[in-house]
Amino acid sequence: MTREAVIESSADVVAVRRLVRSAAIEVGLSLIDQTKIITAASELVRNALVYAGRGELRVDVVENGAKRGLRLVVNDEGPGIPDIEQALTDGWTTGTGLGLGLGGSRRLVDEFDLLSKPGQGTTVTVTKWAR
Amino acid sequence: MDRVPILKLGDLLIVSIQVDLDDQSVLVLQEDLAAAVVSRGAKGVIIDISAVEIVDSFTGRMLATIAAMCRMLDAHAVVVGMRPAVAITLVELGLSLGGVRTALDLEKGVALLNHVGGTAR
Repeated sequence: MTREAVIESSADVVAVRRLVRSAAIEVGLSLIDQTKIITAASELVRNALVYAGRGELRVDVVENGAKRGLRLVVNDEGPGIPDIEQALTDGWTTGTGLGLGLGGSRRLVDEFDLLSKPGQGTTVTVTKWAR
Repeated sequence: MDRVPILKLGDLLIVSIQVDLDDQSVLVLQEDLAAAVVSRGAKGVIIDISAVEIVDSFTGRMLATIAAMCRMLDAHAVVVGMRPAVAITLVELGLSLGGVRTALDLEKGVALLNHVGGTAR
């Protein structure tokens, strides 16, 4: 089942954490993996909110043979990221945060894909597989 | 927005976060605590996060800020009750909260503050 959410305020970030938690439980992620994917979701949708003012999240249950997992797609129509490698470096930020959101999220998930072009927004896709 | 109550016990302030806070509520708590440390002359602040399922970089930064703020206001802060899954996630995220004192539960947090504050009393 696909779940979708629109992020326009910090209350929506809380709602996203709740939504991802229920999907993570449904797909059978361990407590630690639930915590990791919810934290990654929180970081990614906050990035969309901070840098683009608005973002969208799609949550899908995915399967690969006998494995099940959770895939999150966070999409925004913000300014985009000119240098992706730099944006993934811990401590790098153009905002006021810690610069851990992108690089940290990448470490919390099994698969991480970032598509962005200046002026055309950013799409981050992450997957966490149940063990 | 949720406002987290700040309880006073002797010269300690105790905060127990029981709900998933949005960013705005986190900032309000930070400001409320700074004001309360000064107005009540607190020597220690205990933040109980045993009910908190997620600490992301924003909340983590709040914990570090509160600890630093307390130091400047002549008080000590202790974060108690962190869940194992939260600790693992924070370290992988890259936030090891170097400047933040922690204890496993409220009781150990109080004991720690009595110990560090002991020479001053």
